[in-house]
Formats: sequence, structure tokens, C-alpha cells
Amino acid sequence: MTWRVHIRILPRKGLLDPQGQAVEHALAALRFPEASNVHVGKAIALDVAAGSAADAEARVRTMCDQLLANPVTEDYEIEVDAGAPA
Amino acid sequence: MRVAVVRFPGSNCEPEACRAVERAGGEAFYVWHRDTALSGADAVILPGGFSYGDYLRSGAIARFSPVMDAIRRHAAAGAPVLGICNGFQILCEAGLLPGALVRNAGLKYLSRPVDVRIERVDTPFTNAYRAGQVIRIPIGHGDGRFVAPASLLDQLEAEGRVVLRYAGAPDADFPSNPNGSARDIAAICSAGGNVVGMMPHPERLAERVLGSDAGQGVFESLMRFSAAPVP
Repeated sequence: MTWRVHIRILPRKGLLDPQGQAVEHALAALRFPEASNVHVGKAIALDVAAGSAADAEARVRTMCDQLLANPVTEDYEIEVDAGAPA
Repeated sequence: MRVAVVRFPGSNCEPEACRAVERAGGEAFYVWHRDTALSGADAVILPGGFSYGDYLRSGAIARFSPVMDAIRRHAAAGAPVLGICNGFQILCEAGLLPGALVRNAGLKYLSRPVDVRIERVDTPFTNAYRAGQVIRIPIGHGDGRFVAPASLLDQLEAEGRVVLRYAGAPDADFPSNPNGSARDIAAICSAGGNVVGMMPHPERLAERVLGSDAGQGVFESLMRFSAAPVP
């Protein structure tokens, strides 16, 4: 079975995120004062062949630890599309 | 001394690195990133640039190049390895040096001279300088902010593994620490001191015709090291 997996990668909490700050200032300049705590990261989507959604998630976690996210500077979240495999 | 300069797709200043080695009295040659051996090199230089377009993260893909296994073995044997700029980023991604290099605090790509203080002089790449000496050499990077957990920074300081620190005079137009690096760190070394990563480009300012040869000491250090290796 093939599962559609989405990975959200954000700068590690507490680490200076100048991109997030710049976007936050730009939003304020556009009169969106209600926006705060802005962070800029990256999103990765991929298909994973695995026997179950849990297996797919476990494999992607290993991919994140070894390549897709930097363990020193980034945190990540994994979401496997619910329902029928892709 | 035979020095391998590794070329990745997107490397830069590798001819400058070769020239600086040769002017210091060494023999320099290129090694392609797909090569699996270092052809008997005594030392390795990973040059600057934008290997693999900086895709994913700077240095993240280059880390898997076939040549990296040979570099890992070379480093483990205690032989000298220098990563300049993107080379430093690659060494961090490869786990040969701790910490990481992320987007400059000011978000801008910076290309300009900086003043750095030589904090450690018993490495293969800094022994021609005096401890505390301040030299002015160029930087050219967008991802040069060195970060690491506070415990690791404390350990690096305690073990004397900060090799260069940004040390410019306070300047209204330009901060002495150009990229927001933790503890003003511009270069670090491995526990054994043989693997050094630095963000500035010494090979870009290594002969007087360019106005200064402040960076040439890095390459002269390597020749001195080869004559009398630092224990």
C-alpha cells in the first residue's frame, strides 16, 4: 500500500527565526496586528509504500532524523493522510 | 604535502584554494565528489560554494556524496580536514563537526571583509598565526549563523574548540558579529583539532596583489604542520 505523508518542518522553538520575524513585521505593516508568533519552515510531501499508516509514519520519522530535518535546528511533525492509501 | 581540494557540483573558489596551497609550497589537486578515494592526500579542503544548490539545507545533500566516506576515514585517522564556508556547512551536516549553520540573523547574504580573532593556534590551519591576532578576511554567505545547544557551546568553549571568533570593532553600519553566530563563533574544530570548519574565506585574500595576504597563513599553517605535526 502507498500512503501520502506530509511533513511540516519548523525552526526549533527558542531558536532565533529571522524569517518568521520579518514576515510578522510585514503582516503588521499590512495591518494584520492580530498575527503573532510567526514561524517560517518548509513542507515536504511524499508517497510511502508501507504495510500500515503506522509503519509509514515510522519510516518517515527515520527519514526526518537522517536527512529531511536537521536535529540541531529544526522540529518536525508528520501526518499520514487518513482513509484509503494514496 | 599533497592536498586534495574536493569539487562538488556548485563549489566555488577551489582554484583559489589550490593556488594558496601551491604558493605555500604544497601540491594541490582536485578530487571529484563522486570519487571514492583521496589519491594519497595528506590533507583535504572542502571549498565554499553552493553544493547541490543548497537544496533542503546548505550542505545537506553533499554529505551523501561518495567522497564523504573517504573524508570520514581521513578525519578519523587524525589527518587535517578544512571546510571553508559551504565546506563548514557540509562538515556539520556530516556530523564531523558539531552544531549547525542557519540563515544569517539579518537575513541578507553578506559579502564583505570581517575581522576575526585567532583563538586557537595549535591546529593544522592556524599555527602560523599568533594567539589573539586579529585578521581581516572576506565572508560570502547567507547561512553563516552558527548555532548549537547551550550545553554544546559550553563544551566547545571548555575544550578550546573555538578557532576563530568575529572580533570587529563596534561599527554603527555593521555589527562585529555579522550573522548572529552564537558566541561570535566563526570557526570551530573537532575534539582532536584536525578537522576545522570556518565561515570566512582565507583563500580569497591570500596574496598581496589583492591588497592583503591575511588569509595565506591558513595554508602556510598546513605546510608547517606537515613539517612538524602538532601532537
